[in-house]
Amino acid sequence: MDNNKRTTTKIQELTYELKVKDVMTKDVETVSPKMPVNFLRDVLQNKRISGVPVVNDNEFVGLISIEDFIKCLEQGKMDDLIEDRMTKNIKTLYADEPLVHAVVKFEKFGFGRFPVISRKDKKLVGIITKSDIIKGVLKKLETAYHDEEERRYRASHIFNDIIADEVFLKFQYYVEGKNFDKAGEASTGLKKTLYRLGLSPEIVRRAAISTYEAEINVVAFTDGGIIVAYVEPHQIKIVITDKGPGIPNIENAMKPGFSTAPEWVRELGFGAGMGLPNIKKFADKMTLRSKVGKGTHLEIIVKLSNYRDED
Amino acid sequence: MKLIEIKEILEAEVVSGEYDPEIEIEIGCSSDLMSEILAFGKPGSILLTSLMNIQVINTANVADIKAVCFVMGKIPDENIINLAKKNDIIVFITKFTTFESCGRLYKNGLKSCSYLNFEK
Repeated sequence: MDNNKRTTTKIQELTYELKVKDVMTKDVETVSPKMPVNFLRDVLQNKRISGVPVVNDNEFVGLISIEDFIKCLEQGKMDDLIEDRMTKNIKTLYADEPLVHAVVKFEKFGFGRFPVISRKDKKLVGIITKSDIIKGVLKKLETAYHDEEERRYRASHIFNDIIADEVFLKFQYYVEGKNFDKAGEASTGLKKTLYRLGLSPEIVRRAAISTYEAEINVVAFTDGGIIVAYVEPHQIKIVITDKGPGIPNIENAMKPGFSTAPEWVRELGFGAGMGLPNIKKFADKMTLRSKVGKGTHLEIIVKLSNYRDED
Repeated sequence: MKLIEIKEILEAEVVSGEYDPEIEIEIGCSSDLMSEILAFGKPGSILLTSLMNIQVINTANVADIKAVCFVMGKIPDENIINLAKKNDIIVFITKFTTFESCGRLYKNGLKSCSYLNFEK
């Protein structure tokens, strides 16, 4: 109930904020007063419209509707001039009027459309229908919603609001070993989080891909591990640690194509020896330390400000 | 190329529910090795693969790939479809082979993604 009230108020607010020119249809089809009514046949049919403004040297002089056209057809007066059959003294709206004036006029007069003219020179600049109003308001609501969403999650905002010598946002994820059904949950969770913080899609993508490859390694080779992401104003640091079995030869492990992955990992589409090279490709900095029997410690850094060409 | 055109060219079926047929896909990529897709797939592209497990969807997700097409008439299970829906990834199935699917799209003007390159 309360919610309904608030929405109504927001829409009312928008009808004051928006101007007629913001929602009207521009590039209106017009006819000249000296044309025969017969000429309307094509205009009404091709454009699927129910009324056309009549314009003489850019000046709006009247409106001729499908009803006027049908009357002429019945009376066999198709050669009459438009100026003799059109409706004159039509109510118009100024382009710079608030939209709420249009809403009031629609209610008051019950017309299907109002021509819109410029206040300065009285020239026709557009036409407005009820559906233009609905579309305009909905579009504005959508934009307002997106702006609100973006404002709500903005990393820079958080960093600006927090007063400290150094700020880290820390996100921690637990990775289950050997469970391929859950593999990817940490990386996709981190990706969504980084995205919501308002970081650029390119940065988020690079961080997500590197983390995902590392997560797959943890699932494939170990009994589980931990992923910790630290978001700082200038970089994202992702630390992946596990407790074994360790990498015997890091130099080999870094070679594209080198793999010790078991068959079940290969069947799942991984283990082709590209994980670590991929991480190196997408990270700005990668540090790998490993001890056989003890575990592996991988640190990935993706910088936030510096532009780095991927290719 | 619009999603609806891809659907027609591949005589494909969409199994991930409602989608916007007007979405533009400019680039295609294909592999059964997900690390290759992570390495050279491009954001907003379509991935064609005969590999079928949830890691295909996770791969598409982290690499910002908009649509996945499973080839050779393989039908994804519920877990795969649900994960795709959750992450706004459109899932197609086609009866054609990987070779023919890629060939049809390429012939109709869908671009290939860049070469595999580990150099920075």
